[in-house]
Amino acid sequence: MAIMSFIFVFFFFSSLQPILSLYEDQVGLMDWHQQYIGKVKQAVFHTHKTGRKRVVASTEQNIIATLDLRSGEIFWRHVLGPNDVVDGIDIALGKYVITLSSGGSILRAWNLPDGQMVWESSLHGPKHSKSLLLTTNLIIEKDNSLIVFSNGRLNAVSCIDGEVLWKKDFEEESLEVQQVIQPPGSDFIYVVGFAASSQFETYKINAKNGELLKHESTAFSDRFSGEVSLVSSETVAALDSTGSILLTISFHNGKISSQQIPVSNLLEDSPGLAVIIHSSVTGIFAIKTDAATIFIRVIGEGKLEVVEKTNHETVVSDALTISEGQQAFALVQHAGSNIHLTVKPAHDWDSNLLKESIKMDQQRGFVHKVFINNYIRTDRSHGFRALIVMEDHSLLLLQQGAIVWSREDGLASIIDVTTSELPVEKAGVSVAKVELNLFEWLKGHVLKLKGTLMLATPEDIAAIQYMRLKSSEKSKMTRDHNGFRKLLIALTRAGKLFALHTGDGRIVWSHLLQSLHKSESCRQPIGLNLHQWQVPHHHALDENPSVLVVGRCGPSSDALGVLSLVDSYTGKEFSSLRLVHSVAQVIPLPYTDSTEQRLHLLIDADKHAHLYPKTPEAIDIFQSEFANVYWYSVDDDNGIIKGYALKTKCSGNVADEFCFDSRELWSIVLPSESEKIITTATRKLNEAVHTQAKLIADQDVMYKYISSNLLFVATVAPKASGEIGSVTPEESWLVVYLIDTVTGRVLHRMTHHGSQGPVQAVLSENWVVYHYFNLRAHRYEMSVIEIYDQSRADNKDVWKLVVGNHNLTSPVSSYSRAEVITKSQSYFFTHSLKAIAVTLTVKGITSKQLLIGTIGDQVLALDKRFLDPRRSVNPTQAEREEGIIPLTDSLPIIPQSYITHSLRVEGLQSIITVAAKLESTTLVFAHGLDLFFTHYAPSRTYDSLTEDFSYALLLITIVALVAAIFVTWILSQRKELQDRWR
Amino acid sequence: MAAVTPLLLLLLLSSAPSFSSGSRNAYNINGRVKIPQGLGLGTKGYALPGRMSNVKVLLNGGQNITFLRPDGYFSFHNIPAGTHLIEVSAIGYFFSPVRVDVSARTPGKVQAALTENRKGLSELVLEPLREEQYYEIREPFSIMSLLKSPMGLMVGFMLAVAFLMPKLVENMDLEEMRRAQEEMRSQGVPSLSSLLPGGAMN
Repeated sequence: MAIMSFIFVFFFFSSLQPILSLYEDQVGLMDWHQQYIGKVKQAVFHTHKTGRKRVVASTEQNIIATLDLRSGEIFWRHVLGPNDVVDGIDIALGKYVITLSSGGSILRAWNLPDGQMVWESSLHGPKHSKSLLLTTNLIIEKDNSLIVFSNGRLNAVSCIDGEVLWKKDFEEESLEVQQVIQPPGSDFIYVVGFAASSQFETYKINAKNGELLKHESTAFSDRFSGEVSLVSSETVAALDSTGSILLTISFHNGKISSQQIPVSNLLEDSPGLAVIIHSSVTGIFAIKTDAATIFIRVIGEGKLEVVEKTNHETVVSDALTISEGQQAFALVQHAGSNIHLTVKPAHDWDSNLLKESIKMDQQRGFVHKVFINNYIRTDRSHGFRALIVMEDHSLLLLQQGAIVWSREDGLASIIDVTTSELPVEKAGVSVAKVELNLFEWLKGHVLKLKGTLMLATPEDIAAIQYMRLKSSEKSKMTRDHNGFRKLLIALTRAGKLFALHTGDGRIVWSHLLQSLHKSESCRQPIGLNLHQWQVPHHHALDENPSVLVVGRCGPSSDALGVLSLVDSYTGKEFSSLRLVHSVAQVIPLPYTDSTEQRLHLLIDADKHAHLYPKTPEAIDIFQSEFANVYWYSVDDDNGIIKGYALKTKCSGNVADEFCFDSRELWSIVLPSESEKIITTATRKLNEAVHTQAKLIADQDVMYKYISSNLLFVATVAPKASGEIGSVTPEESWLVVYLIDTVTGRVLHRMTHHGSQGPVQAVLSENWVVYHYFNLRAHRYEMSVIEIYDQSRADNKDVWKLVVGNHNLTSPVSSYSRAEVITKSQSYFFTHSLKAIAVTLTVKGITSKQLLIGTIGDQVLALDKRFLDPRRSVNPTQAEREEGIIPLTDSLPIIPQSYITHSLRVEGLQSIITVAAKLESTTLVFAHGLDLFFTHYAPSRTYDSLTEDFSYALLLITIVALVAAIFVTWILSQRKELQDRWR
Repeated sequence: MAAVTPLLLLLLLSSAPSFSSGSRNAYNINGRVKIPQGLGLGTKGYALPGRMSNVKVLLNGGQNITFLRPDGYFSFHNIPAGTHLIEVSAIGYFFSPVRVDVSARTPGKVQAALTENRKGLSELVLEPLREEQYYEIREPFSIMSLLKSPMGLMVGFMLAVAFLMPKLVENMDLEEMRRAQEEMRSQGVPSLSSLLPGGAMN
């Protein structure tokens, strides 16, 4: 009785709290958040002042960030817009970070300590050109100034407020400015460039007021190619367009003189085409040929000398001024598993200021960039630290022959994610490092109880929080009952595979894929996607699960494909193959062989299907299902959707029994003058649907149309495919289709007039939710379409069921032409969207919630009940009981239902949901530049006790109850005794 | 949800007449966000999660992104004439998107309206609609909350039975009680004392 009432009361109270939110002290229990900056493009050190030493970096992901030089942590970071590419960064006045971006048209200054933007200037010019940023210590009208060359105009900008002090246009049509130089200690600037590709031009300009002092020009017989390298403040080195003649041009005091030396004179063997590498070391420049990188020193007037010839894996840093008139630069070379870091003074190639050898993880690949900085040791000699960027985009700081810190910034550009189960816990094998004993367990709970009763001291609270966050339970390397512990396997753009533990987000292993490594036959490898290749269960438990990585050797869809198979537990790449065909589509088939390897069909650009794995067993399985394989392709550019089936074995010259020809079954051609495909969405293959029937008010039943072959397509008017505001509502429309991909039948078509993209859509069960922009209201809208199977609707008749005249047991098939009805409704939504997903649970019983990635890089959970086409302004009593919410014109945004709470997943790209074994819970992984992972229970954790459930309180209550029973028993006995004496 | 505190954050969007030296149909949109210091902070016992430097202003769904200057001003450069949408992303605050019309006929004339409540901004003054609380507030410890917990209710129920039931019995008529006791004895309903070990001794 007591237990019954307890359970009743417990459920009663747990159902009273309707909001699925988080207390502030629960942050970090279920979730983790990691911040990255991406591949560093340029880095500037700030170590002069006392206080915290920093490094400012700009990255290929358009981020500007400052990192702590001691630990590599981010102090602050700003993500610029997608078109706002950073051209240059520098530090001015020792307190501002200056960034030049957007092709040299936006100049910004940020406060170094806190990242607050100080000023912003917009720089325009007469024409598009190279953009160059030059910080000087020049003082114009009492202001320190910056010299910026962009868009064909030279600007002097004040460091204090960003005001343009003077400007000078270089309007000459063919002029290509290559360098802007300020000789040290002078108050004039050289602008050096080519005109008409063969004319060398120098402009000497007064830095105080932009006045042109001198203009010289010399014509050369050869055309110049690309870059020039600055050898000294008045000498440049250049190559002619054939790449075989080196020119050194000096323009001392505006007078141009030059020497020409064929590259073959310097090298014994024929070097082939050479290119100049950008470097800024005085007196030395580098050229790169097919075979080697060659460092050349300029001695005096036009005399050149080769100082070193190295292989390609050599990276050189920019020059660093270490003391008055002395420059140093760093070289990084590979030797086996070590890298050699050498710092040399600029004037003397043969001596070394520093030579270190550091053991480097092979999985990081080659060094791509190096930046150096110096410090004064206690014995007044120079020490150097080097920041290196590796092939896998990671960033490392080297100092005194060791790696001080490293950042896995490759994770800022994840292409695809899949999950893998962890190994099963075996008896006798302790996997947790520290197993808690009973005493510690009890102590922990007593502490927790103290916390609930508000008796805890601040130290206790800290101890409780530490205990909760560092629970060894969640970061074990084995499977758990609830299915919370998994491996997230992520493929990054650098071609590296990472396995992250869902418990705490740590990297379990990482592997630089051989198949996605640059080579002679595969010059531009790119990763495409990840698939679960082998998920062993039942009879193949001894095998480790593995993932399939699909890539191709180039950006075009007809480039040859590459495959890799990677063990999910160890990260070993056990198979890597180069395909002889291209990869346009990868279709995981619902069949597995005896070792639980999943069959995959790879469709190439010529619409041939290739079966993998290439085993006789696979072909046997496949032959029996041959007639049931259908697929479709979407051609965005031409607006054609086509459906295919398999025909025969390939009729090519080579007998390949794993290759099949396809035949076209159907095609939908959209009129290209009025419709352009912008988005498609399909159901997740692994989604479980609990029931097909949906009980509605007044005991009625509706049958969901559930088909895994449903495709959602959104098209817009070609004019309206641009940005918001570029078209009027009258000339833009959005058309959505629901298509059966086996038969090509259009199940539903709907037009939204006056609406435009971008469209984000998610398809699940029998509904699709999509987000678009309504130009008439000038607001974003979200619409829902639910699709129901009408042919089963008459099964409601009891008599039919009794007689057996029903079609409930008939399979859902695309061959039968189902009668469908659709219901639809639209609502306003405040924010722009970056991604949309839906919660996924193991059996599909738990109600669904939409996970919306907003423009502010937050993830919002929105109950699907808000997007129910049966909502009306005044629902009837029966409908209210069913849970239908009265209709409102816009969807609510409840701050507590942001699952990212007060965090931002900067640069959000995609939200991935994975079902846990516990039905109530779904695992959510959001990635962009940042990574965020959490557990989410759409209808609360009804099937498990919450984390803050106090076992100690339960124990104490039971003890108190037992004690009370005994006390009352004694009391009652005593009373009875007294009664008898009376 | 917690009560909405008075909104003390002011966003002032001014459209300075803008021109461009580049192409003819490119304009600038200038605006301002103003956060009075000390207000909104600490009133609820927790620090404001977002800072001024983390506020982003986005044009047309992230096509252009700009940041705030220390005085709250921001500007978008080189914007073509037409209707645009400006969104403010600030952790801790809910901003309504703003519809901005940049007129090509009268250069520099900018009109703005909140899209959430369709309020036109004659002077281009925009207020965030509310503050956002991402966390549930833990109720401070109180006897009531302990009593309301399942365990508290159990203990309370037991105490009520133990102490109030005898009181009820006391108020009964003596005769009636005796009759009831006899009835119980005859029916053999097990009493509490007989259930317990040693209870059968009497």
